[in-house]
Amino acid sequence: MERLLLLGDEAIAQAALDAGLSGMYAYPGTPSTEIMEYIQSSKDASDRNIHRDWSSNEKTAIEAALGMSYAGKRAMVAMKHVGLNVAADGFINSAMTGINGGLIVVSADDPSMHSSQNEQDSRFYGKFAMVPCFEPSNQQEAYEMIFDAFEASEKYKLPVLFRITTRLAHSRASIRLRRVIPEKKLTLPSDPVQFVLLPAIARKKYKVLLSSYESLRYDNRISKYNLFKDGRYRELGIIACGIAYNYLMENISNTDIDFPVLKISAYPFPKDLIIDLTSRCKEVLILEEGAPFIEESLRGILDNGLRIYGRLDGTVPRDGELNPSIVARALGLPVSYGEDVPSIVKMRPPSFCKGCGHADMFNALIEALKPFGPGRVFSDIGCYTLGALPPYNAINSCVDMGASVTMAVGAADAGLFPTVAVIGDSTFTHSGMTGLLDAVVKKSPVTIIISDNSTTGMTGGQKSQATGRLEQICEGLGVLKEHLKVLVPLHKNHDENVRIMRAEFEYKDVSVIIASRECIQTATKRKRTDASNE
Amino acid sequence: MKNDIILSGVGGQGILSIAAAIGLAAVSNDLFLKQSEVHGMSQRGGDVQSHLRISDKPVFSDLIPYGKADLIISVEPMESLRYLPWLSKEGWLVTNAIPFINIPDYPVVGDIVNEIKKVKNHIIIDADTIAKEVGSTRAGNMVILGAASRFIDMSEASILGAIKKLFGRKGEAIVEINLKAFRAGKEYSAVLRS
Repeated sequence: MERLLLLGDEAIAQAALDAGLSGMYAYPGTPSTEIMEYIQSSKDASDRNIHRDWSSNEKTAIEAALGMSYAGKRAMVAMKHVGLNVAADGFINSAMTGINGGLIVVSADDPSMHSSQNEQDSRFYGKFAMVPCFEPSNQQEAYEMIFDAFEASEKYKLPVLFRITTRLAHSRASIRLRRVIPEKKLTLPSDPVQFVLLPAIARKKYKVLLSSYESLRYDNRISKYNLFKDGRYRELGIIACGIAYNYLMENISNTDIDFPVLKISAYPFPKDLIIDLTSRCKEVLILEEGAPFIEESLRGILDNGLRIYGRLDGTVPRDGELNPSIVARALGLPVSYGEDVPSIVKMRPPSFCKGCGHADMFNALIEALKPFGPGRVFSDIGCYTLGALPPYNAINSCVDMGASVTMAVGAADAGLFPTVAVIGDSTFTHSGMTGLLDAVVKKSPVTIIISDNSTTGMTGGQKSQATGRLEQICEGLGVLKEHLKVLVPLHKNHDENVRIMRAEFEYKDVSVIIASRECIQTATKRKRTDASNE
Repeated sequence: MKNDIILSGVGGQGILSIAAAIGLAAVSNDLFLKQSEVHGMSQRGGDVQSHLRISDKPVFSDLIPYGKADLIISVEPMESLRYLPWLSKEGWLVTNAIPFINIPDYPVVGDIVNEIKKVKNHIIIDADTIAKEVGSTRAGNMVILGAASRFIDMSEASILGAIKKLFGRKGEAIVEINLKAFRAGKEYSAVLRS
């Protein structure tokens, strides 16, 4: 069989293609972006004409994927962990409606927050929605699981949550491929009201969901990924979830450490196997990448039974991602350490690229705001969040996608004037538009600066839904033409840009300033491609 | 056989082309491999690293444990020092000599060199100049890979094959420059040894 060297993200994408995928939906977000990118660059996907366009946000993505599932075809949607918060409405209710064609929801968690605002653990969402949840321990297993996830989805008529973390998503391994399964045909759901969550129907469907969740535990497609291996020494039993299993094996394979080990890679977790393990061991160590999800269940409120080691008692740090050295320490094994980092080594935080338009926008913004004093710039998620760092120190918030606009409105409601929102073009069409409508309706004295680089920059330059549409969108939402300004953030325009900004800050109703200049990275890439095509 | 390698540099310097060359060679040798990369925010001029593990037995962890790396390959001198906690006592540090200065408090280059010289096994190579001599400043990464290649337990032929595959799409001239760069780096490293 063919082997490919693939990132975990790419292995998931390739598996979905091989498992008869008809539609891929996503909004870019580290560490999930490469799933869609792989499908977009796949010749196979292009030949089969698989749907593979970016969506405006994770909510529209999951709903469109549910629509494809409604029509009987296999669909997958991918997002970073915080994207699942945006998609949560559709996700939770898709467990209530159930699915027709198989539906996989990939949520890529980012413990240690390499590129995120929090380190929430998506497994809670699986339990919350009462759907199967897979958590692969390595890239090959991720590939295999996608096939089972589609089958489990169709057998139980439920969406399936597929939880990965940064290290799996962004690590390459050699992947053995399977034979390709043909796509499903267009088929309407057999029950015409399956997707109609009227209370009377929803109440019935909820009872079905409650009973199916318990039976999932013992389904072979799920249980085969939870493996119990007995050991000679029963002083300690070890439970290792997902990628934590690799760190455990790194430390104990080819040694004489032989404790009973339960590997958990699919949920709802296997009660019988956990009881098997705990009944034969004096103490238990729980290794989980992310939150103490299983550990909390095992301890319960009373926590007066078996001695349990994990994240809650400090055996493993409460936050941050695992690594082989942390697991060695938890096992009481010696940890080797090289030399300390010499004190002359300085921090090298990320920064704006040379020639970035956001930097020129911030330079103008800082000067324009001088007469008004500090503490009034609400910003958002994207490259421009780097405006929080020196030498700019230009923004006062970065919370979630779109929150710049709505927080500026709320602070204005409280009497702060002027307030400014700084938001990127792609973030604006993701979740900024509705906040702008609120502002327009109540004549909020805010200035929204859309720092438009015509791409989704931070994640590597994916197509932005906003490109070429920003002025129309703002006008359509009711922003007055004379307070909808477009400027080019370049050093040579600095004085003019400062003047425009300051005039709009003084205006006591909604203004929008579109500071528009193509991302220096995508511009360079485009020029290179154009040159090689000539 | 097992090589645990840390690649380091600054976002945008392209350490992943080194990783890809070693990775492709490992696959052609039927070795097991895991290579973790940094994507996202840090790619904007921040410090980036990649853990690359190749072995004739299955590799479990995507990350190298502290004190267990056999080799640090760095395209930037200060960045090579950031990963010393991972380097084993007998490990090698191979780094570019040319600094990438994008922070206001970048240390004095002489101090960095002194710190590198404290590492028992090290090679400092002016990859930028050598790359220029063979035809392109952009081939510096392959110069450094060449200099480090004697610490990687794979045949030269397999690594050269990987470089051909990696740059094949960019045309014969680019492939040739990168092969030359690799050989020049390897030669530099061999001269140091003798």
